Amino acid sequence: MAMSQALKRVTARGGHLGLIGLFTVFSAFPFYWMFITTFKRTSDLMKRSNNPFIYNEPPTLENLRVLFFDTLYVRWLGNTLFVGVLVVFVTLLLAVPAGYALARLTGKWGEHLGIGIFLTYLVPSTLLFIPMSRLIGDLGLQDSLWSLVLVYPSFTIPFCTWLLMGFFKAIPRDLEEAAMLDGYSRFGAFVKVVIPISLAGILTAVIFTLTLVMQEFVYALTFITAARNYTVSVGVPTFLVHGDVYFWGSLMAGCFIASVPVAVLYNFFVDRFIAGFTVGAIK
Amino acid sequence: MSARPAMAALLDSPRWLGVLMIAPAVLYIVLVVGLPFVLAILYAFSGVTMGSRTIEFVGFKNFISVLETTKFQTSLRNTFVFALVAQVLVMVLGTVLAMALLKDFRGKWLVRLLILLPWVAPISLGTIGWLWILDSTYSVINWTLEALGLIGADGWFMWLGVPYLAMGSVITIHVWRILPLATVILLAGLTSIPHDIHDAAQVDGASFWRHLFQITLPLIRPIMLVAGLFGLVFAFTDMIVIFVLTRGGPYDTTQVLASLAFFTGIQAGDLAEGAAIALFLFPLLLAVAVAFLRVARRAEVT
Repeated sequence: MAMSQALKRVTARGGHLGLIGLFTVFSAFPFYWMFITTFKRTSDLMKRSNNPFIYNEPPTLENLRVLFFDTLYVRWLGNTLFVGVLVVFVTLLLAVPAGYALARLTGKWGEHLGIGIFLTYLVPSTLLFIPMSRLIGDLGLQDSLWSLVLVYPSFTIPFCTWLLMGFFKAIPRDLEEAAMLDGYSRFGAFVKVVIPISLAGILTAVIFTLTLVMQEFVYALTFITAARNYTVSVGVPTFLVHGDVYFWGSLMAGCFIASVPVAVLYNFFVDRFIAGFTVGAIK
Repeated sequence: MSARPAMAALLDSPRWLGVLMIAPAVLYIVLVVGLPFVLAILYAFSGVTMGSRTIEFVGFKNFISVLETTKFQTSLRNTFVFALVAQVLVMVLGTVLAMALLKDFRGKWLVRLLILLPWVAPISLGTIGWLWILDSTYSVINWTLEALGLIGADGWFMWLGVPYLAMGSVITIHVWRILPLATVILLAGLTSIPHDIHDAAQVDGASFWRHLFQITLPLIRPIMLVAGLFGLVFAFTDMIVIFVLTRGGPYDTTQVLASLAFFTGIQAGDLAEGAAIALFLFPLLLAVAVAFLRVARRAEVT
């Protein structure tokens, strides 16, 4: 009896770990594969009889050299950073006051407005990109990184406003009221008291904005035509894949370098993202 | 009354200060989301192209001509197959995975990081990884199958080159990408169930399945709805995975509305027809928005 109980527990435990292992491999394998391929010689990759899981020829840094010196990869990273920083600036400038207003000042209609703003986050780029492409053309911004700076806040502002609203709601009202008794106006209390203690929330908004910019694909693909103006998420799949020859080693290196560090950074903030996403559904 | 006290009064009045602080954000969203949205509808009823400067209205002509093409009909069907199959898989697998992650075990943080990777990495780049894994000549999956003796050297699968396999591949990779999001949302729901409820069920001797279907799942229903609705929106409107892997091919068997709108409206320059195709996404979005609002309202009441 005790034996079978123990056996049951062992199999349950094994099943649990097996299940987790299976999902982990499914999720992480492509990134592992990028990593392995990054250091493989092309001749090693292009031999079908070679075991693809090991290095049949000594590893090489050649793919990385090609990626960094013979392609526009570094420029694409720079473009992405340029757009990211400016979009962060615009987003914070508009979303921080808006989030505070929704949390404290606007009452019932503010609640509806808040949900309305959040819902605009759901309007997909694939519904808007056609009129957008023409508007961008009319503004003379086609093929310019400024088109992305203009358009990306359309999804970062709704999300960050919603996120920051949650943060501001969690701050005790006494703090602002004490500051106002000290002679600050309400706006003064917001600037001098609320913002400094909300830095963690604002940093979260910065990280999300940067990753959303990094991930965006459809608008950049639509507005940008010259290879030197691409962001990294569009440059690698369109420019490095086109043509007859696939430089798989450099391609995988480009994907790995641009995804994994961001993913690790993002991971620290993901719980807050989920909290923002599920406001209302969890009490 | 001088300007200064008026200004001070404004900065102190919660009502007006609130309006003032939220106005820029609302204005930006109206201009950058609202305006294109209205234009998207106007374009769909017009004859506008990439080159034309004026908008002339043609009624339902675009919709009718679009509806008649087999390309559109195929894409519409593919969109539903793609989105529904992917989202059902995401919800089932996400629930299983979230329940597995509820237990504590060693190295959980690392497992969580690895499981989240597909969602937090830029999706176009993750998909390129799959493009290499599914490559017609060098696919590691085929190599492994051959090494295991399951297929012969001439039996390698063309993962992206054969209609059903291609659809299966793009669905799998979409699931790969959305699964982490659904899992963490469902995990948040599962974690929020108080322990004593589970303990009570244990004492009552409820079987695993009864416990699951009569206690756990009903309790996380609102959050399952949220995860399901968001996932459905992503699945219906996304084109990145398909654009990178198959460009809608082979023979449009993986073409969906979003990618067809891109190829028609942007690459072929027929803005009006592209807009009409994209507008077919709208009824669905509306339905999801309404459902979301109802969930939000119910959560407020209880």
